Amino acid sequence: MHNNPILRISTKILFAPIILFGLYVQFHGDFGPGGGFQAGVIVASAFILYSLVFGIEAGKKLFPLNVNLILLAFGGILYGGVGIVSMILGDEFLAYNILGSSPQSGQHIGILLVEFGVGLTVSNVMIALFNAFASYDKIKEK
Amino acid sequence: MISELLINAFLVTIMLSIAIALIKTRTVIFTVILTSAYSLVAALMFITLDAVDVAFTEASVGAGISTILFLAAMAYLPKKEEESISSEFIPALSCIILGGILIWCSFDLPEIGQLTAPIHQHIAPEYIKGSKEDIGIPNIVTSVLASYRGYDTFGETIVVFTAGVAVLALLEKKNSAKKNKSQPKQKIRKNA
Repeated sequence: MHNNPILRISTKILFAPIILFGLYVQFHGDFGPGGGFQAGVIVASAFILYSLVFGIEAGKKLFPLNVNLILLAFGGILYGGVGIVSMILGDEFLAYNILGSSPQSGQHIGILLVEFGVGLTVSNVMIALFNAFASYDKIKEK
Repeated sequence: MISELLINAFLVTIMLSIAIALIKTRTVIFTVILTSAYSLVAALMFITLDAVDVAFTEASVGAGISTILFLAAMAYLPKKEEESISSEFIPALSCIILGGILIWCSFDLPEIGQLTAPIHQHIAPEYIKGSKEDIGIPNIVTSVLASYRGYDTFGETIVVFTAGVAVLALLEKKNSAKKNKSQPKQKIRKNA
């Protein structure tokens, strides 16, 4: 697939808009359909498309494996961390009211952070799974 | 009303034909692509039910990423499924009986959109009111998912995380085992 100009150029054109759309779905989830799960999958699909067209090595150069694994765990920690912070501030686990100046702004901040955590974990799990399967194949062929 | 019926009939026909094609095909790549198409039609059905968030998830996860992961995993499968030799009578019978029971039970379901249905009477009115007043978010799905049911979503995230880590651990172990020894490699070749 490396030498097909149509695939290469369309991937280069599509890569940024896919990520932009993913971010839109992520942060616009309060107002329209969408949220962390869908946004994570959309962002992951951009990186997977890149790996499919330019090869798994180029994909790993674009998005290093150790960064991937750290972000994978960080999403869950961010979600749990929001809960812990609300506990430290004196409310219950995952009660966002206390995070902001008013209950509503607290809810906004909490939901935004929590959805971002979901998005991080989902996108990085998908990229990591794809990388694992693709690299596994290469070793098998050797 | 008529147009809705027509759209639903159209989608169900496509779904049924995809399902029949899925039974008939023995090539693994066709199975993966047909499953993806089935998910896409399911997403359209969710849109006709006004469940846009679910449709979005189904289209991106069911039709999108799972197809890619299936294709990536497919490299380790034989290209064609083997013909089964055993009788198909008992599986078919059990499917027909189960389907009959499910259809029979569906007569007891309340009509779609009926206000007096139990699901609209329990905590849903509170969520619909509270989403605007307490949380201030127009999308009720997000406020239920992230705030009212924050624990569940936390659990879901951890499930995704755990599943990903488990698969990574399994593949990583085999990768390093194959790097170190050449013997298991030959074994796998023979099986393939």
